[in-house]
Amino acid sequence: MNGQQTLWQFMQQQSGKLLTQTVEHIGLTFISLLIAVVIGLPLGIFIARKKQFSGAVLGIAGVLQTIPSIALLGFMIPLLGIGPKPAIVALFLYALLPIIRNAFTGITGVNPSVKEAAQAMGMSAWQILFKVELPLAMPVILAGIRTATVINVGVATLASYIAAGGLGEFIFGGISLNNSNMILAGAIPAALLAILFDLALALLQKISFKKLKFGLYAMLAIAIVLAALYLIPTSSSSKLTAGFTPEFMGREDGNLGLQKKYDLKIHTIVINDAVMYKAAFEKEIDVISGYSTDGRLKAYNLVVLEDDKKIFPPYYAAPIVRQDALQKFPDLEKALNMLSGHINDSVMTDLNYRTDYLHQTPERVAKDFLVAQHLYKPATAGKSGTVRIGSKVFGEQYILANMYSMLIEGYTPYHAATKTGLGGTKICFDALTNNQIDFYPEYTGTGLLVLLQPNPAVLQHIEADKDKTYQYVQQQFIKRYKIQWLKPIGFNNAYALMMRKQQTDKLGIKTISDLKRFLDSEQ
Amino acid sequence: MIKVEHLSKHYGQAKAVNDISFEVVDGDNLVLLGTSGCGKTTTLKMLNRLIEPTSGQIWINGQDITSQSPELLRRGIGYVLQNTGLFPHYTIVENIAVVPSLLKWDKQRIKNRTQELIQKLHLPDDVLQKYPHELSGGQQQRIGLARALIADAPVLLMDEPFGALDNITRAKIQDDFKTLDELQRKTIVMVTHDVQEAFELGDQIAIMDQGRIVQQGTPAELLFKPASRFVSDFLQSQRLQLELRSVNLNAIASALPDNIVGAQEAASLNGASSIWQAMEVLKDARHPVNVKLADGTLKAINFTDLMLAYESYQNQAKA
Repeated sequence: MNGQQTLWQFMQQQSGKLLTQTVEHIGLTFISLLIAVVIGLPLGIFIARKKQFSGAVLGIAGVLQTIPSIALLGFMIPLLGIGPKPAIVALFLYALLPIIRNAFTGITGVNPSVKEAAQAMGMSAWQILFKVELPLAMPVILAGIRTATVINVGVATLASYIAAGGLGEFIFGGISLNNSNMILAGAIPAALLAILFDLALALLQKISFKKLKFGLYAMLAIAIVLAALYLIPTSSSSKLTAGFTPEFMGREDGNLGLQKKYDLKIHTIVINDAVMYKAAFEKEIDVISGYSTDGRLKAYNLVVLEDDKKIFPPYYAAPIVRQDALQKFPDLEKALNMLSGHINDSVMTDLNYRTDYLHQTPERVAKDFLVAQHLYKPATAGKSGTVRIGSKVFGEQYILANMYSMLIEGYTPYHAATKTGLGGTKICFDALTNNQIDFYPEYTGTGLLVLLQPNPAVLQHIEADKDKTYQYVQQQFIKRYKIQWLKPIGFNNAYALMMRKQQTDKLGIKTISDLKRFLDSEQ
Repeated sequence: MIKVEHLSKHYGQAKAVNDISFEVVDGDNLVLLGTSGCGKTTTLKMLNRLIEPTSGQIWINGQDITSQSPELLRRGIGYVLQNTGLFPHYTIVENIAVVPSLLKWDKQRIKNRTQELIQKLHLPDDVLQKYPHELSGGQQQRIGLARALIADAPVLLMDEPFGALDNITRAKIQDDFKTLDELQRKTIVMVTHDVQEAFELGDQIAIMDQGRIVQQGTPAELLFKPASRFVSDFLQSQRLQLELRSVNLNAIASALPDNIVGAQEAASLNGASSIWQAMEVLKDARHPVNVKLADGTLKAINFTDLMLAYESYQNQAKA
């Protein structure tokens, strides 16, 4: 197992990928920066001339800056699809404000008597701009570019969410896979890039006025070259494109298994699960690594390809609770087990559909369901302590967390506090083991393959059997972490390959083996 | 020659410059004198179109200034600012060469002309490769002057050129200014709020108030024939010194006694000396001193003679 692998070994082993990602990262940063300079600098100069527009322009750039990066990337998909284009546009928008603002501040900050002298000597407006104002404003303008560069290096990690590559692939893959080496292999180079670019620009800022001109040209040339690195097109040999999450990419029961057992050869891009379904719907990608109970399956008219060689192990959901929490809250276990047996796959898909597609709140979906099942009771005023509920950052977990919260408040004397939206398996699990939350819903497959990571012999023995998996994780979690798996809720949210229904009908693909055959026939 | 007719500049309701007219003959130095906000700087900046007038016309050497582009007009007019306005990112040599570069002079010509000015302005050679911030305030102002003079434009505009300097530095530069041959043949319009400076440097002085020229005339005319209460009040606080500095011995010659002391003695004062300068010479003299007057006659005077003559001139002038 790679649990004992050092960071250095990991980086060596993945050096090819690391290099590609770093180059992609630099490319994304500089291409967007270049566009931001090309547009932001003239805009800053313009509003320094026509001050009546400065409020509006700086205001809009400021608002763009406040949009959360993930949200901005999400907005871009319907407009620009996935891949580098929307990422570059988003990064460009983030870089705009510091560049416009500093150009504006720099130009308006030039000593008025110097400007007056230039005018009185008989310089034209352009001569004043290029010979006087820009050289004098340059240190301030460079400071803006410097800020924008550092921002962009940081935000570019999020580009991996929409299949634009970059070091975010390692960072977010690592978080999903509970692999610290992978996280660091992405995070350290990203941090180094930020520091390196910052230092380089700081150096440029200190250079005297004379050399600055040269430095500026040099920077422009370097930026163009670095940006060009990114534009080298990635050719795809197959007609179909797969979009897999970073987690799926690195898992034995994911892309690795697909390659080994099915020998599936498909052009693959890495994408975040928040945008993956939509991207499939928008025909940006054809095959995705979805979850079998995801509501968007229904919303976007996607179908699951049958896993005819059984590489996806069962993912039965069950609450996992720290043992000391069960002792501290004696009534908790009974309340949590009440949900068991009430939700099967299709029920869960429907519940997810309500939140993801009908945009009902998870609270409402949870309450409607509990009421329909005659499980709902109004909250008691009980104040015998607070149970902290965690959840991962997707709809199903929000719904479950809300159901548990209502059950606890209705049936026990405890107050329930939800800490929803914890980034991924690793963050959620770390929160549990570090006593930041008391329980959260986990899946047997994740517990087995991501958290426990047993050796292949064990896997061989238990894989694909739902009861054996559950028993194994239950025993091991108590032994290793003092964490208890309660009764499974009933549904199996396993990994699944999905495609648009229309496309599968047209191509006659029903199973993963069908897909494999189709791809091979294409080549 | 500069000719200004019915010049006005309004900002909304405010009349910064309100229908003024004046002329400056070739080689003369007109000082626009007044308090802050009287419109003197606005007037000056309209002469090289840094500010466009609301109405009125300006001719320089017979040509309407709007007949060519502002840039071309300005390259033919020297301009000196209070805060020098030197380009901080240019060396001194580059600062001085701004206008010649715009005029596309060849390098050798610029170099020769720069050297010439540096010597005339008593600047050390090693300033040329420095940046403005490495120079003293007085040196910076001299460079500002050199920049305005280098293209040898016939007209020079100066906006409070010595305003930011300390008294000693200012007195030195003013002395240089008076003796610099380059300036003798130039038509100069200078703005100042400093009454002494105006009387020291101006051939003609125009006192401005609330956008109008209250009176224009020679220093003596302003002192002895003020057009209004405002003018006499304006000059009141320094009147005696101004009078003694602006009246010369030629003007009071008729009131001086005719006794001549030894024609063999050289004259140590001449008719162009001001009464102030004569007082400096006479206050320590034990014997009368010869004065060579404009008509070539010599007169020997002492301090008392001088004061008596001044008094009678005063009475005559005011009558």
